[in-house]
Amino acid sequence: MKFLLNPNSFQNITNLLFKPILIVSLVLLILGLIFSFYLSPNDYQQGSTVRIMYIHVPSAWMSLMTYMIMVIYSIVALAFRIPFGFIINTAVAPIGAVFTLICIITGSLWGKPMWGTWWVWDARLTSVAILFIIYLIIIFINNSFENRAVREKIVAIFILIGSVNLPIIKFSVDWWNTLHQPASISKLSKPNIDPSMMTPLIIMTLALMLVGISIAILRINTEITNRKNSL
Amino acid sequence: MSLRFQRLLLILVSVIMIFVAVLLILYNGRKNISYFYTPSELASLKIDIDKKVRLGGFVEKNSFIKITASSFKFKISDDLKSIDVAYQGLLPDLFREGQGAVIEGYMTKNNVLNATSVFAKHDENYMPASIKKGLENTGYWNKNY
Repeated sequence: MKFLLNPNSFQNITNLLFKPILIVSLVLLILGLIFSFYLSPNDYQQGSTVRIMYIHVPSAWMSLMTYMIMVIYSIVALAFRIPFGFIINTAVAPIGAVFTLICIITGSLWGKPMWGTWWVWDARLTSVAILFIIYLIIIFINNSFENRAVREKIVAIFILIGSVNLPIIKFSVDWWNTLHQPASISKLSKPNIDPSMMTPLIIMTLALMLVGISIAILRINTEITNRKNSL
Repeated sequence: MSLRFQRLLLILVSVIMIFVAVLLILYNGRKNISYFYTPSELASLKIDIDKKVRLGGFVEKNSFIKITASSFKFKISDDLKSIDVAYQGLLPDLFREGQGAVIEGYMTKNNVLNATSVFAKHDENYMPASIKKGLENTGYWNKNY
């Protein structure tokens, strides 16, 4: 697992793995979309609108997962002085921001027909909007400051402070009254989603995860090359 | 204790302190963070007339009255208390008796909530429409959905 901490072995391994990952991700994406649109049933309440879930929920999970990866790498980079963590932070922040934006836009499109409103300021929607703003601030800090060493540290510390938002997003629907419904899938109980609807959800989650990983590999390798050239 | 371990400890302790601080703020502000009151909460509170409130609960069974095409009366309940609501406007697709809803509006003197907007709330269960039919045919369908 050395390639997760060392830029050179990361480049070596991802040069081999990039194409297979990209191909698998595209195959899964096509398969997932076919399942979402044609091979899954209408919901008993929401009818066809339920299909928005197959893009909304995976992108919401990915936005949180991307942030979690940045948190882990920030701790590793700050505590153990491993600069690869800073490279990851710089490279994946825009990916997380895009997933958050997809989640917000699809959620809004889902909210209008089902709830009767594009947007309300309930705890879940507000905390996700704050996550998007945090991602934007990380990107802004990454593009300011002449001195790279200073900038990287500020970004990592800011990521750690912002991580307080993650449990708030997760538990907002349990702690407070919200218009957003609680989670359908939790570790403790049987999922409240029928198997015929779980299939497209799982395929789309894997597909978006691999699409995200493919883009991350490209961006991380570009960042490594840029840093090598600027030495 | 090595330097790296000290740094790791410092980071973890700071992050935990920030978490605790923010959780304390949220815990004390939970009344304002909740998006709506339940009917029992609203009944126990002294709400000023002409102050905007949001009320959430289930649309009570057999309480929905259609006065004109765009003017409705119904009750919002949480099984303990129920509150009368009057609304003029368009209702969302999911709105029906037994379904969750959030109402935004003003309390009037005779304890009727004059709604300015109505949002439907849906639950976290997802099920194919065909299975619902099958369950209804065999009598296993839970009418509370």
